[in-house]
Amino acid sequence: MDRHPHPESREAVSREETTLRVPFLLDVEYRYAVGQYGRRFFTELRDHARLMGVRCPECERVYVPPRPVCGICYHELHEWVEVGPEGTIVGWTVVRIPFIDPMTGEQRPVPYGFAIIRLDGAATSLYHFLDETDERKIRVGQRVRAVFREKREGSLRDILHFRLLEE
Amino acid sequence: MPRRVAIIATGQTKHAARRLDVNIAELITEAVTRALQDADLTMRDIDAVLLGNMEPFEGFLFPELWAVEGWGGYMKPSVKFNTGGTVGTTTAIAAYYYVASGIYDTVMAIGFQKQSEGHTQTAITTVGDPIWERSVMAGAIGNFAVMATTYMHESGVTEEQAAKVAVKARRNACLNEYAHLQMPDITVEDVLKSEMLAYPVKRLDMCPQSDGAVAVIFAEESKAQRLAPRPAWIKAVATAHEQQYMGDSPKRLAEMRSLIAASRRAYQAAGITNPRRELDVAEIYEVASFAELAMYENLGFCERGEGGKLIDAGVTELTGELPVNPSGGVLSTNPIGATALIRVAEAALQIMGKAGRRQVEGARTALATGYGGNAWTDILILSREKP
Amino acid sequence: MRRVAILGAAQTRFEACKASLAYNELVYGVVREVLDRTGVPMREIESMVTASQDAYDGKTISGMAINEVVGAYLKSEAKVAADGLQALLYGVARILSGEFDLTLVVAHCKESEGDPAAITGLMFDPFVQRPLHLDELTAAALQARRYCRKKGLAPEDVALVSVKAHRQALKNPYAQRAGMFSVSDVLASPLLADPIHELEAAPRSDGACALLLASEARARAHTDRPVFIIGIGNCTDAYWTERDLAEARALQEAARRAYAMAGIREPAREIHVAEISARYAHEELMAIEALGLHPNLVELIAQERAACINPSGGPLCGNPPTVSGLLRAIEAYAQLSGEAGARQIEGARTALAHGAGGICGQNQTVVILQRE
Repeated sequence: MDRHPHPESREAVSREETTLRVPFLLDVEYRYAVGQYGRRFFTELRDHARLMGVRCPECERVYVPPRPVCGICYHELHEWVEVGPEGTIVGWTVVRIPFIDPMTGEQRPVPYGFAIIRLDGAATSLYHFLDETDERKIRVGQRVRAVFREKREGSLRDILHFRLLEE
Repeated sequence: MPRRVAIIATGQTKHAARRLDVNIAELITEAVTRALQDADLTMRDIDAVLLGNMEPFEGFLFPELWAVEGWGGYMKPSVKFNTGGTVGTTTAIAAYYYVASGIYDTVMAIGFQKQSEGHTQTAITTVGDPIWERSVMAGAIGNFAVMATTYMHESGVTEEQAAKVAVKARRNACLNEYAHLQMPDITVEDVLKSEMLAYPVKRLDMCPQSDGAVAVIFAEESKAQRLAPRPAWIKAVATAHEQQYMGDSPKRLAEMRSLIAASRRAYQAAGITNPRRELDVAEIYEVASFAELAMYENLGFCERGEGGKLIDAGVTELTGELPVNPSGGVLSTNPIGATALIRVAEAALQIMGKAGRRQVEGARTALATGYGGNAWTDILILSREKP
Repeated sequence: MRRVAILGAAQTRFEACKASLAYNELVYGVVREVLDRTGVPMREIESMVTASQDAYDGKTISGMAINEVVGAYLKSEAKVAADGLQALLYGVARILSGEFDLTLVVAHCKESEGDPAAITGLMFDPFVQRPLHLDELTAAALQARRYCRKKGLAPEDVALVSVKAHRQALKNPYAQRAGMFSVSDVLASPLLADPIHELEAAPRSDGACALLLASEARARAHTDRPVFIIGIGNCTDAYWTERDLAEARALQEAARRAYAMAGIREPAREIHVAEISARYAHEELMAIEALGLHPNLVELIAQERAACINPSGGPLCGNPPTVSGLLRAIEAYAQLSGEAGARQIEGARTALAHGAGGICGQNQTVVILQRE
């Protein structure tokens, strides 16, 4: 005997008005430590508008974000090198669906350009915003340049967005 | 040598956008009851229960312990996993290792999620690293879209080819009584004309959010043979991770390093040299239409850049040479904590010959995958033959 | 049955707030130490099990932040969202399955980054209990009162556990809180939730620990004095409001399974040292009784025979949830391998490690370790 017959036959699935729901608002404030590598990166970004990565002595990959160890070689990383501020688009989109900005809790105005960007000198990429929202004007392989905010606070948003470079 | 392990039973809920008729515990009970009935067992026959769930989606800590009566866990060993999209396969693979180890003889793996009860966007946003990614995230869809353009650039696949995947999934789902999105009349045109979310991803290219649960029972060899007329033997399992951050994988979908590594390891363990010929059916974790095409290439179903041609030629249709996601896949049903385990359950149903109208005739070898978080992969290969 | 050994382990110093370290840096420190101590290079380790909680880390899939520093690139890592001793159990299963010779087990948590009361509040039934603003502490207080009343224990009896813990922690360089407190000091410390005082509850803590498991063959090639895991047991109890909180049925059952596997018939005589995951003083009393180690820990302490119960000081002296259980195994291993320094219990050959998760210990784990 099937205690749970297939629900096409169960009225309850579609009868929302008969159900009761209990609301619960979760409000927890977190204080994330940026860590030693993050502190160096964000200090350079804030004070000098400079983007830094760390180079693996074994495979020579330069990592952005900087980190304690190369995931591939498992070698500790200590050699800091400057990367960018220009780079190349690896992947891109124009976001048209409203999406809640995790930093503000508000919906971020759409549309906006968004891309995976490999900074010059880096082996890895950052995700960031583009200053372009016309799909016909953006392509993989295109060159871009970081536009820094005048007033910087030590976060990834000290980069306002990446600007498409003329070709 | 590890003990031989087989799947002997599965049970799923009806998956839907909102299962308001049940709470989390009752949802799980529905799947567990069906799995026990499938092999004519009771909870007394189950040595241990492993659970998979992504509790940030419902705002819980230890939801499985609150729901313990729903899965019959009283006085049983249990543990919960939480690894994102892969959590269902993480749980299945753990069930395999626990039985193979000899610690337990029968293990029930459960995956569950009621996405309707929480805030999916928030939970997905917090997947992003709080310092390096979250402030510049564009949600699951934006983040997926940027990978899709990389893949289109590298492989030349088109939006039409991706749309064919979306159509295949929703049509197959009509043959699956448990599937969430069933769209018998969907066309390629419908997909292409659906709302543009973030180029090239349109609404019908993406998976839905679902409420659902699944239970799968694993047993050691002698029990498996006694309890199941045709067990689905676990021939190989493999897991491979990516690096830490989203931007670390050089070519993303165009070269899925973890999928390549895990699948090749599993193929080798299962003695598979030509997956397209030697696999009879695949249930893969495709969160979006473009991803399925990329996975064809990275799983070695075709050459690099040929993913679009594979769908054009109908190879992966239910009647094709290698049917992919006869269940309708993630594009039709996505209760995150259960989704990857549903892949395993569906692959097992195919081997056990219990897949009903979506049965691939004579299926002897099946592939199931989980794919999640920052691009890591789980693989299971199931077989009608003992390993 | 094949056996699993521990090759080496490491822990951070536990502190109220490790503000200078991101998660991956915190975890890298203990993993590096395990590799350095054992001499095993990361390329030889193919399997990892980690324990962490999304709610504490404020991150969906908390394991993602550390999978690179645990060496998991293209390797098999799985994260349990449970107590760290559960990660060890899964690591044991992975090695016993024959597929892996080595498995790295890691746990981390930083209570300082979130709001533990709000976070532990998420364990409670959303329909009738969350409106009451319960958290782990309030539930523990209800349990403490119920247990003490049932057993006829006075507040001084429970306080004595705290006195012992903090005294023993003086010998533990990793401990966050230690000292020569008196019973009246404990009872004079702020009342957090009647009857639990501040010195009777684990302090908020940040830290991580790691341990390397190996197959017997691999261990024998590595050391002539291996420490083996000879028994494991886990058990899930009913939800906290569906059981008598003064009883520890799940722990009794987990212990029964672990003892049976280890061939232990008289735990009080055969176990030489026990590390207990008691986040509140009364839980240590409950556990010692449920584990069959002694009917009354208060008596043992009064007779100064309790040095072998949490020689590290235990969680009362600081270590966060999720980390606690795995750390108990690491402390037990330190005792058996003779690396416990000033807190060494002489002649210890068999040890017990205990872990717990959920409200009032709804899920219980027991591990028995033995050196040859």
